[in-house]
Parts: sequence; C-alpha cells; structure tokens
Amino acid sequence: MSTQTPVIRCRNVWKLFGANPEQYLKTMPAGRSYEDIHADGYIAGVKDVSVDVGRGEMLVIMGLSGSGKSTLVRCFSRLHDITGGTIEVEGQDVMALSEKELIELRRSKMGMVFQSFGLLPHRTVLDNVAFPLEMRGQNRHDRRERALEVIKLVGLEGREDYFPRELSGGQQQRVGIARSLAIEPDIWFLDEPFSALDPLIRREMQDEFLRLQEMLGKTIVFITHDFDEALRLADRIAIMKNGAIEQCDTPDQIVLKPRTPYVRKFTEEIEKSRVVHAGVLAKPINGTAVEGDPVAGDLTIHQLARQLVGDTRDNLPVAGKDGALIGVLNRQTALDVLLGDG
Amino acid sequence: MVEIASPIAPIRRSVSYDPVIIALLGLAALLCFAKPILPDFLIRVPEAWVPPLANWLDTFFEFIKGDLDTGRPGLIHLTRWFAEGPLAFLLGVTANLLEGKHRWPFFDPLPWSTVAAVAAVIGYYLGGWRLALLGGGTFVWTALVGQWKIAMQTLSVLAVAAPLAFLIGLTLGIMAWKWGWFERMIKPVLAILQTIPFFTYLLPAVIFFKVGPTAGAIATTIYAIPPMVLMTTLGLKKVAPEIIEAGKMSGCTRLQMLFRVFIPSARTEILVGVNQVIMLCLAMVVLTAFIGMPGLGGKLLAMMNSFKLGRSFEIGVTIVLVAITLDRMSKAWVVKLPVHHERGTPWHIRHKYLVMAVAAFVFFLLLSQFVDILDKVGRKQSLSMGREIDTVIKGALAIDAVKSVTETIRYVLNVWVLIPFRNALLWIPTPAFILVVVAFAWGFGGKRPALFATAFFTTVAFSGWWDRSVITLYSVISAVILSVMIGVPLGILASRSKTWATRILLVCDTAQTFPSFIYLLPAIMLFGVSDVTVVLSIVIFTTVPLTRYTIEGLRNVPAEMTEAADMSGATRRQKLLNVQLPMALPTMAVGFNQAIMFAFFMVIIAAFIGTQDLGQELQRTLAGTDLGKNFVLGMNVALMALTFDLTLMSWAGKKNKMLGLSAR
Repeated sequence: MSTQTPVIRCRNVWKLFGANPEQYLKTMPAGRSYEDIHADGYIAGVKDVSVDVGRGEMLVIMGLSGSGKSTLVRCFSRLHDITGGTIEVEGQDVMALSEKELIELRRSKMGMVFQSFGLLPHRTVLDNVAFPLEMRGQNRHDRRERALEVIKLVGLEGREDYFPRELSGGQQQRVGIARSLAIEPDIWFLDEPFSALDPLIRREMQDEFLRLQEMLGKTIVFITHDFDEALRLADRIAIMKNGAIEQCDTPDQIVLKPRTPYVRKFTEEIEKSRVVHAGVLAKPINGTAVEGDPVAGDLTIHQLARQLVGDTRDNLPVAGKDGALIGVLNRQTALDVLLGDG
Repeated sequence: MVEIASPIAPIRRSVSYDPVIIALLGLAALLCFAKPILPDFLIRVPEAWVPPLANWLDTFFEFIKGDLDTGRPGLIHLTRWFAEGPLAFLLGVTANLLEGKHRWPFFDPLPWSTVAAVAAVIGYYLGGWRLALLGGGTFVWTALVGQWKIAMQTLSVLAVAAPLAFLIGLTLGIMAWKWGWFERMIKPVLAILQTIPFFTYLLPAVIFFKVGPTAGAIATTIYAIPPMVLMTTLGLKKVAPEIIEAGKMSGCTRLQMLFRVFIPSARTEILVGVNQVIMLCLAMVVLTAFIGMPGLGGKLLAMMNSFKLGRSFEIGVTIVLVAITLDRMSKAWVVKLPVHHERGTPWHIRHKYLVMAVAAFVFFLLLSQFVDILDKVGRKQSLSMGREIDTVIKGALAIDAVKSVTETIRYVLNVWVLIPFRNALLWIPTPAFILVVVAFAWGFGGKRPALFATAFFTTVAFSGWWDRSVITLYSVISAVILSVMIGVPLGILASRSKTWATRILLVCDTAQTFPSFIYLLPAIMLFGVSDVTVVLSIVIFTTVPLTRYTIEGLRNVPAEMTEAADMSGATRRQKLLNVQLPMALPTMAVGFNQAIMFAFFMVIIAAFIGTQDLGQELQRTLAGTDLGKNFVLGMNVALMALTFDLTLMSWAGKKNKMLGLSAR
C-alpha cells in the first residue's frame, strides 16, 4: 500500500436511481436510511461512499448482489454518472471531464474485465484484444504486435484466430483480461471476473491473476461476492451493503475486528488462522523478554500452527521482511486464533 | 394439482360477465329486434352524412403531388426524378445482366447455367450439399421449363428493391433505437403499413413513380421496410450491457460504438430482418402483376385468368422453389458463424468458396459460348408440360367422384353456410354491429382496444363503404372460423408426437414463405371461379399460422406442468383440456391474430376472382388515378384489421403475463 496521493479518491459519492435524483438528493434531509429512500421512490445504488485507492493497491469490493458494488465501480470509470459527491481519478474530477477527455482517459489509463466477459462475438481473439488499440487509432502492425504480446501473457498463444464462442469460459475470460491489459492501463477494474467460471477454473484463474499482478503491479479495484476470494486477493476489503460501505480494512482486521453485525456474519464461517498474519497479532516488544529464533511476520497463524503447538515459549519474537524484529507474538493469543476462540 | 390449478383458474373466469359487455350486447340485441321500427339512419349511415373524404384526400394529394405538365411544384417532381434517374438506372443494370434488357452496361444476359452454378456454390457455402442442390436445382428447373426470362424479370426487381428496403429499414431502425420520440412516432405508422392492403401501396406507387418496374420496385420496397425497422431496433436493444460497457471502456466514440459494437453484435436480428425483407419483397413483387409488371406474377395472373391450370401450376412451382431457396439461404446465413482457419492457411483455401464461385462462373460462361443449351433454353426445347398437366388436372377434376365431392362442398358451403351468414351480417343495423365489435374488444382486450374499436368502426361506417366492408369482414370471419376448425385439431394432433410436430412445423414454415398469390392456385383448381374459392383460398392461407402456433403453444408448455399433470393421474384428455390448452392459449391467440391479418390480406388479393367487397373496388381504382378513393378503401381494411390486432395482442399479452410466460 502506498501513502502517496491516492489514484482514485472518492468523497461522499451518491448514486440514486429514480425520477429526478439530483433534485431529490439536494432536498433530502441528512440521515435517511436505504429503506427511507426506497419509500420515497428512489433506489440508492451508492450511498454516501468515501474511499481511496492507493497506487499499486488492490482494493476488493465485497458484497452480495444488489449491494451496489458494481454500481460503485462503474461510477469510478463514469460508466454511470454520479448523483452527488466527487470522484477524482489521478487528481482529475471525472464528472468534470468532457466526452472527449473521458474517452481519452479510458483509452490511456483504464482497463476493465467483465463478469460475462463482454467479448465482441464477431471478432477473433486477436481482434478482440486489439479492439481498444484500434479504437485509439493505432496502426495495424503495432496493435497486432501488442495484442500478441498480451495474448501470450495470459497464456492463449496459438488461439489468436479463434472466435469467442470456440473457447471455454476460462479461456474467454483470459481474452477479456488480455483486452483490458492491451492499452497498459494504470487502473484495472475487475467486475466479478471469475464468478461465471467453475470452481476449479476459478481457483486456477485466481492464481493466474495473482501472478499477473505480481508482474504488473497495477492499481486494482476488484469486485466479488465471494468472501474467500476477497480474503485471498485483497490488500484491503470494502464490504458493501445497501449501497453503503460497512467496513473497509485489511483482511486481518476485518476478520479480527468486524465493525458491524453484518460484517461479523461473513467472518463467522471463516477460519481466522488462515487469514491473520503473525505480524498483525504481534505486540510491541516493550521490555518483554524475547528468546530464540523469530518467526516471519508475513506467515499466517495457520502456517505457523505446528510450531505454535510445539513451542514452549510464552512469547515469540516476530521478524519483518527485512529480518528486523517488529514485535512479539503471545503464544496463547495465537493459539486462541488458531483454535477459533479468538 | 394445486400448483397447476392456480394459474388456470383466472383464465376460466377471465371471459367474465362484465356488466359493460352485457350492456353493449343487450343494446345491440335491442337494435336488432327493433329493426323494423328503427329510423333509417340507425340502420345505415345515410349517404348525406358521409363526408366526402375521398374528395378531400384527392385535393390534398393533388396539392402535394404537384403537376408535371403545368410545372406546378410538388412531390411528384422529386419522385419522378428518382424513378427516372437513379432507380431506373439500377433497375436497368439488373435487368440487363439478368434478362438482357437493352440498358447500360449493354451486356448479353448471363447464361442461365452460370447463375445456377453460382447459386449452387452459395448454397454449398451456406448450408452444404442440400442447399447447393436446392439453389442450383431451382435455377435449372426454371430454365428447363422455359421460364427463365420471366423469372429474371422478377428477380431483377427484387435485386434492387430488397437492398433498398434493407438500407432504409436499417437506417430507420437505428434512428428509432437512438431516439425514443422517433420510435413512438414510427411504431403506429409501421403498424398501419403492415395492415394496409397492398393495392393501396400500388396506386400511389404508380402515380408517383410511373407504371412499370419503377413503381413495382417502390411498392415492393415500402412493403418490406417495416419488419427490417422492427428487427433492427430489437437487435440493437438486445446487445448485452457488458458488451456496451466493454466498448465504452475501450474508448469508443459514438460512431465507433454504433458501427463496431452495436451493429455487429445485433447481427442475428439484423439478418433475420434481411430474411423477412427478402421474403416480403418476393411476395410483393409477384403481386405487382396487378399493375402490369411482367414477370412470374404477371404470367401467373394471365394464366389463371385464362384458366390454363397446367402452366399456372408450373409457374407456381417455380415461385415456390424460388421462395424456398431464398428463405433457406438467408436463414442459413443467420446461423452461419465465422470459423477460424489454422495459422498459415493459404489464401485460396481461406477463400475457397469465393474461388469455387468464380471458377464455376467462368467455366459455365465459356462453356455456354459453345453449348447453346447452357446459354438459353429456347421455347421449343423447354420441357414444359403445361398442356399435359392441364389435361391431367382438368381430367381429374372432371371425374364424377371428384366432381360430386367438390360440387357438394361448394353447394353446402354456399347455400347453407356462407350466403346465410353474409346476409345475416348485412341485415344487422350498423350501430348494433359496431356495439358487438366493441363488446368483443372490451371483453378480450380491455378498455384501450375497445376505444380504438369504437373509433375505427365508426370511421368505417361513415366512410360510405359499410356494406362492402361487412362483406370483406364476412369473408375473413368465415374463413378464419373454418381454418380454426381445421388448424387447431391438426395442431393438437401433430403435437402428440415429437416427430410429427417437427414435420408439420417444417411444412408450415415452408408454406409461410410462399408468396400469398400462390394460395389462390389450389382453390381455383378445385372450385373454379366462385365465392367458395375466395373463402377457401383464405382458409388454406390462414390454416398455416393457426396450425403452427397451436403446435408451438403446446410444445412450449413447461415440462414440469405436464409432468405434474401426469403424476396427478390426469388422462390425456384431462391433461390437454386442463393444463396444456390453457397454457398454450396465449400463443394460439397470436396465431389466431396472424390468421386474421393474413385473411385480410388474402381477401383483397382474391378480389380478382370476383368478389363484391372492398378488394374489388380497390382493384378497380388501380385502373385510374383515383387516389382518394383508393386510400379510403385501404383505410377501411386497415382499420378493421387493426381492431382485431390490438384486441387479440393485448389479450395474449395480458394472459402471458398472468401465466408468467414470456411474451412471444
């Protein structure tokens, strides 16, 4: 995560659906709930959301269907016009952009992957991937070269001349991913990219996705309704309900300290030890006696399970990535997490 | 059974004893009983009350038309310029290439063998050997029976009208999709265009675009536009939201969105539109015979007029073959999807069909220079057996057994059914008639259709053509009732077995592609020229959609429902009456509606057999320049047809919603 100016910065964003949303929002008294707004004849797609996405960060937006997660991400790219608040992308107010500037922004900085792929059925894999390049007027030779490059990147070499319907679901989504990467975007939106796939393929694609992200280091907004997927991928998770963000935090914190009953309900089924890292549980040393070899802070409690059970020390030193001590881990606390009493 | 019974119960009750209906019907009955003492103006609208609508329209048309002789400005200058300039040029080119008309580019006509060969290759490309055989075979047949020239006259108009209708329809469709106000404006216009009898297209076409191929092409084009508009709009609306978003995120400008994303993604619907354009064009181009266009239709009309059944039959076969070929090929194009080639495939393999077509063309072009029979089939050489077939048909009809059967049918229908029914309808006082129609519209469609029915039928009453309108309606109603009695049982029977359902559906689908003109043939063959023939030709024509939609409706009853009925121990009959028919009824209503629309269409064509209805008058106007009268007559037909259309479609829509089935 980065502490520089955020890539996407949104403040008090509202998206209302209904007859005359702007007017309604202006005259609406503060503190109206989702149900109140619904009773007034409007749907709050996004309700007073403020969130930042830092450079190189992967923010996962998690929520059930109808929670507004897809709407929110479409506000970031201005596929939807927002009703109130501000969204800045790289310091530019997206709502202030002219049509031309908006097209320019999408052509140069944004890529998006869709749940049901959104491939153009009449174009081959190559032409689908090259589509954004074609739109911005790149010449045939350059776009072919670049398209082949990304096709190779997503592992679809040799399938360039296939049509979407000749491919499996997983392969089609690889095409979708390749297309979204063709213009080398800074910001990458993924709208439930793996939801339409079989569980086994989904797992494979998640690994593939992590590999790509390690290589490319993009700023990512990833949408899912699958909490496990969110925990597996996210730097931070924003959990949405009825258009509003219930909690936005790191996976460890969400699991350890769910802020609302709604969030707690998600975490109940989760094996916390697989999410929580030693480094997060570690307390400052503050004079505690530490002895012996330190454990790595970026390992999960589950990964340390064998050692924790067998170790005789009350407090274990924890080391950061560079090997320096960052704190101590109370063995009892860790065991509580491991055994589900935390 | 509970689950099944619940959605059905409201249907039974839906033909309700609404007080409005009782009042309307009661009043109508009262008027009928009181007829002897009714004042004249309550029996028929008096002549004096009829507004001279035709004259007003004439004045109006005269005004916008302008005058060529005096040079008064008006629309006709533009249309005549178009007809004599670009349109005549295009028609000249196709006519020169196909039939050798002396026009630019002044080639000899293409040898028939080249056309047949290329058609076979196109058929092979689109659908393999069977379509190749159909495409090639159709043209071989046409040439061999000596109808090449007239067939090419028809096709040369089609080759101009169909692309024109496609382009105009596509453009209008895009506009309707883009702008809601345009769609709202154009929808009723399209609905009216689809119900106006074709004679009403023909006369303005003749006046504005000159007699001959130009008028024929224009009438044909206009006739084929509506479905193209509707299919284009439908296709564009159906493009998946994610594809649209993917396009936007790829940074498409508006034009790029339209041409690179929307139109290619709507390919299927647009091609279905193309199929309908081609079929409607063919149907209409055949009918332009009535304004003296030469070609298959013209020849058929002439042969039927002189009762040459053998030749009529042969021409009928040609028209049917051409229709099936065009339909199958364009439908195959709809489902034809691009397939990739492996990398490094050489050019001539990638484009093997193009290579084949060119090779076949050149081969037969050269060969026909030396082998005359491949170039032209002369009159003496043709294998036409018109005279022999004629003798056979007439001989068969003259056999006593056959004759007594047809005579009996004709007699019973005429004396016991048709004429009494007609007289009864004519006897009913106009207001009572309107009340019954309104009650029907109210009962089935609801308030809106009832209001339209009132307005539409009152207009008809005041048009001055009430009796002829009633006769038209009588033909339509009696024919549709007869075809319900044939089509529905046939459909129910066929849907009992999957194979038969598929077979009959195929027959119906094929029959629906035939130009309507063709349906007159069997009726005339069997019953000669009489009132019964008119009704029977409509019956043959309308049984097709009725059967088709009955099967479709029964087949699409969800499997769980029939299974639930089986598990509830229903007999076949109980299942049919309590589960399948109620569920299929909305779909069948659509078929019923289509049958009525077809009937209105056919009754006008049948006019040339000799009727006393609107069609007869309409046909008479074609000889003159009586645009006003022509429009009033056409309007009457359209208004009556629209009343049924609105009522039945609204009923089907309501029922589908109630049953939770998607509207079809």
